[in-house]
Amino acid sequence: MRPFTYERARSADEALALHDGDTHYLGGGTNLVDLMRLGVERPARLVDVTRLPYDRIEEHGGGLLIGAAVRNSDLAADRTVRERYPVLAEAVLAGASGQIRNQATVGGNLLQRTRCSYFQNVTKPCNKRDPGSGCPAREGEHHNLAILGHTPHCVATHPSDMAVALAVLDASVRVRGGSGERGVRLDEFYRLPGDDPSRDTTLDPGDLVTGIQVPPLGMASRYRKVRERASFAFALVSVAAALDVADGKVLDCRVALGGVAHRPWRARRAEEMLRGAPATEESYLRAARAEMEAAQPLRDNGFKVPLATNLIVRTLSELAPSKPGDGS
Amino acid sequence: MEPDMESENVSGEPPVRAEITLIVNGREHRLAVDTRASLLDVLREELGLTGTKKGCDHGQCGACTILVGGRRANGCLALAVAHDGADIVTVEGLAHGDELSPLQAAFIERDAFQCGYCTPGQLCSATAVLDEAARGWPSVVTPDVAAEPELDEPEIRERMSGNICRCGAYVNIVAAVRQAAARETAGRRPTERQAAGREAAGHGGAGQGPTEREAAR
Ligand SMILES: Cc1cc2nc3c(=O)[nH]c(=O)nc-3n(C[C@H](O)[C@H](O)[C@H](O)COP(=O)(O)OP(=O)(O)OC[C@H]3O[C@@H](n4cnc5c(N)ncnc54)[C@H](O)[C@@H]3O)c2cc1C
Ligand code: SF4
Ligand code: FES
Ligand code: FES
Repeated sequence: MRPFTYERARSADEALALHDGDTHYLGGGTNLVDLMRLGVERPARLVDVTRLPYDRIEEHGGGLLIGAAVRNSDLAADRTVRERYPVLAEAVLAGASGQIRNQATVGGNLLQRTRCSYFQNVTKPCNKRDPGSGCPAREGEHHNLAILGHTPHCVATHPSDMAVALAVLDASVRVRGGSGERGVRLDEFYRLPGDDPSRDTTLDPGDLVTGIQVPPLGMASRYRKVRERASFAFALVSVAAALDVADGKVLDCRVALGGVAHRPWRARRAEEMLRGAPATEESYLRAARAEMEAAQPLRDNGFKVPLATNLIVRTLSELAPSKPGDGS
Repeated sequence: MEPDMESENVSGEPPVRAEITLIVNGREHRLAVDTRASLLDVLREELGLTGTKKGCDHGQCGACTILVGGRRANGCLALAVAHDGADIVTVEGLAHGDELSPLQAAFIERDAFQCGYCTPGQLCSATAVLDEAARGWPSVVTPDVAAEPELDEPEIRERMSGNICRCGAYVNIVAAVRQAAARETAGRRPTERQAAGREAAGHGGAGQGPTEREAAR
């Protein structure tokens, strides 16, 4: 590992000032330290941002403002989050292990890098790590990579469970940069790979994440994740969903998918079809299939298409089981 | 100390050292560490506390689990330099003198290991599992994430999933944790259980400090 200097920032301004090109902010280090050990990241300086005053969860405009330094385990244990945003608590709890969730911060979770095995192996080409070197995953090991929104340049997926829940919650990320503080909607925060997979997000170098703003929800919500073993594994496919049903009809509905694309995938097409539709398994299935029409599975990950379809149906059905005689 | 040989330092830049203080099993240590050193390496190489094991060095196995400020953490992913002032308990600090902790006793009674390599991590992790459950923390298998969890077998399996046992001693590990959990619950009055639930209810700032068990020591 390349030697580095370590600084502990006491304020956001100080963190920004300490960040020069060759710097990484340090959260819990559960992703960054690993990548440094693998030689994927080689910063000359770490600026520790875990002691900044962003370690609270506060009421904010009817919703919540979650500080970037809040640990994943504290987020998932928070009573308000559990009661008002079960999808968020469940998503965080579905990720990593009890140990890692104690160490990991909200900011670091948002900005964790893909688990594509070529990205993590510095002896292999990878457009994300080494722009222009190629993407061996397309023809190689990709059974857990993207089926939606990928390009020949990169077929990686975003690994965060939490981010999928935040996508369904219409959350926005609070960012401090050279020109002050701004809010970035999650939709605009994460990128699709396009022809520049080296950037996961639209952040500028040195931008500091200070928190996440979650608006009020007012719908039932939940998170479901399918993985290769029962626990402590990244998602093959996951679904975050929120649903509002009255008189057997869908009033409102939001669906986001994890494990299928370079960013959390909001299933806008399915959502549109479902609004006003009967709250039945038939409607859920029709909407899920319509969403999956855009899928372009690779050689070895076609299984994700029916998996995602079924998981959408299952999750929505759990939120609002169709009663016999309802609309169908 | 050579912190890590996996990817060598090809840059030729000199190592950077930093002074830190660690409180380990109640004893204070002043150390000059390489900024690249993990807590795991410092505990084992500098302080000679080799109870904590290195399995994968990537956060994937849990052999390096320790308690930092009363909360379980993987020592291999924790930079020592970022933990100046931390209060750490390792497997060597779980017993009170010759008196084993209830979990240690349960591991022996239930024969919860074979080679023993994962055991220090399992013990530290399980110690925290009991504490997290007492605080009312849910897990992903808790049927209603807003409700108070009960530490039954599926809950224990899920909560212990960050600790891999290559020997596959899981059946007895679960039995041991269950036994210790049952004893702890029986020993705690209902009012205390409710108080623990309420404590978890408040908006959590990070690092809510040492557990009652730690503080009582
Ligand atoms: C074995 C293992 C299994 C895992 N399984 C899962 C899983 O199933 N699901 C899942 O979602 N995750 C999983 N994870 C990933 C884990 O959730 C992340 O490692 C963790 O959330 C990262 O948080 P951190 O605070 O440790 O980030 P760090 O490692 O400290 O930082 C990650 C990145 O974010 C940047 N950063 C940190 N804070 C800020 C900030 N405030 N502003 C700007 N940049 C910042 C850092 O510079 C770095 O680039 C797993 C990790 C491991 C090791
Ligand atoms: S999928 Fe993306 S991250 Fe993986 S090898 Fe290709 S370019 Fe790299
Ligand atoms: S050695 Fe730390 S998790 Fe394996
Ligand atoms: S007892 Fe051998 S690895 Fe668990």
